[in-house]
Amino acid sequence: MIELCELTKRYDDKTAVDSLSFVIRPGLVTGFLGPNGAGKSTTMRLILGLDRPTGGRVLVDGQSYAQLPAPLTHIGALLEASAAQGGRSAYDHLLWLARSNRIPDRRVDQALAAVGLSDVARKRSRGFSLGMGQRLGIAAALLGDPPVLMFDEPVNGLDPEGIRWIRTLMKGLAAEGRTVFVSSHLMSEMALTADHLVVIGRGRLLADVPMEEFIDGNARSCLRIRTPQPQALLDALATRGIAAVPAADGSWEVEGGDPAAIAALATARGVVLEELSPQRASLEEAFMRMTADAVEYRGTGGAGSPAPATDSASSPTSASSPTTRTGATR
Amino acid sequence: MTTTLLTGAARPQRAGTAPRFSDAVNAEWVKFRTLRGPRWTLFAGLLATVVLGAVLSFFMNRNFASMASNGAPFEPVRTALGGVVLGQLAMVVLGVTVLGGEYASGMIRLSLAAVPSRTTFLAAKAAVLAGVTLLVGLVTSFTAFFIGQALLGSHGVSLGDPGVLRAVLGGAVYLMLIALLSLGVTAVLRRQTLALGILVPFFFLVSGILQAIPGFTKATQFLPDQAGQRFLQIHHQSKDAFGPWTGLLITVLWVAAALLGGWLALRRRDA
Repeated sequence: MIELCELTKRYDDKTAVDSLSFVIRPGLVTGFLGPNGAGKSTTMRLILGLDRPTGGRVLVDGQSYAQLPAPLTHIGALLEASAAQGGRSAYDHLLWLARSNRIPDRRVDQALAAVGLSDVARKRSRGFSLGMGQRLGIAAALLGDPPVLMFDEPVNGLDPEGIRWIRTLMKGLAAEGRTVFVSSHLMSEMALTADHLVVIGRGRLLADVPMEEFIDGNARSCLRIRTPQPQALLDALATRGIAAVPAADGSWEVEGGDPAAIAALATARGVVLEELSPQRASLEEAFMRMTADAVEYRGTGGAGSPAPATDSASSPTSASSPTTRTGATR
Repeated sequence: MTTTLLTGAARPQRAGTAPRFSDAVNAEWVKFRTLRGPRWTLFAGLLATVVLGAVLSFFMNRNFASMASNGAPFEPVRTALGGVVLGQLAMVVLGVTVLGGEYASGMIRLSLAAVPSRTTFLAAKAAVLAGVTLLVGLVTSFTAFFIGQALLGSHGVSLGDPGVLRAVLGGAVYLMLIALLSLGVTAVLRRQTLALGILVPFFFLVSGILQAIPGFTKATQFLPDQAGQRFLQIHHQSKDAFGPWTGLLITVLWVAAALLGGWLALRRRDA
């Protein structure tokens, strides 16, 4: 568990982290989402006590980081791919870390095996690929078998195989009951991995919601209907108590409608349908709208509300048909 | 496939004793011995000190009449250990890179995440650096002394002569202090190129040049290198502003100031 309370970090002229308060719970993968420069890495450095907060505090396992007797057995972190000196072997890199926290030496081999680096354990990390460097960083995080794990942009620069491996790893760690906190600037990545979502923009909290709720709130499905007989369509829908809203391009949208039922209804009433297509706003778009609003309305709040801009979000221009446009918008 | 190996394997540790200062020292020692650079630097320092001291002693012996005839008492230990002016550069490089290398690679963040107390971290690093450089310094100093005295022939002294053992041990202490001074400076500056760019010219050029300027001769004796090297003399020369122990104290104060500055910088600044 990680608890942030009014955590603030100001540099000379810039507020990188602005009174962040949220709790990262065990047993879940919590995605930490925000555009580049939103303050994700700063927040993570504050959690590890590397940067000193201007205000507020953060607790790991109920203690401030500096008070943790053997920090690596409480929280393991991957901050940057290779925080290792290239002249040292992977084994030796983990060995000094283990010794610093009284972690038994045998954990070094176990951690290397866990990330698949056993074969290159004695090789100097200078020759490691980006993916291997990332794995070494993850081995360092896993070394103390900590109940809390934190990964800063772990999939950056990895090949699809590596990305899938990290996803599986994070889910597995959460399934073991650990707290897993992972940052990303890609909503699509988080949608696949995270159970819970914390979104920040310009250092401020924009959302702190379960992933499902975020999807339900932002990726609502609706039906787009196009017809030359709009009045007849509306009358037909009204008989079933279904409301349709006009969209900008002359089509109509029905929230959460069942296409089969509406097609049947229209046929029974002799209404000609030119289009009947399910629409789904992509999560990426919802995320971008949310963070764009943070920039636009910054200073006026919006913290804590999962979907601060749903009015504009429901406009049809932001929706895309999964059959025709999803590929193009991603 | 991966996570099954992890569960519970290290858990007993948390019930066990918390890491102590010795664990931080242990970690720093592992860091030190698992890189090749520091070993080569130490070896280069040893070699430079011994060889230069031998050369100086050899020529001093051959041209003793012309070189040591100005009436000042001859310094046999200082001559044999004359190579420290070169060997100390290895100590500078070592003191800078043991910390500067961590800043350059980003490993410093991992170090401070593992050992959150900046005091413990810097103290452990300084302890390992001091131990290693003192040990290698002793080997260096005694080797240079014995080779130098052999080459000085009749002008040489033995360890039992007054002030000699103190001066030979002083060679080792001096090398250690220069390494610690460099560590402190690097903790303040955080960039090893910058630290080397300041320290190497200082020890190699600035101190020597200032010394040669008439008005500065007295003042430069208070610089860390010259004050420390006073400890390598067994006689009081007419130009000396203070004795060997005062010289040592002055250098220790320089080192303390540098480490204090580094400690404050580590505590105050974000990593």
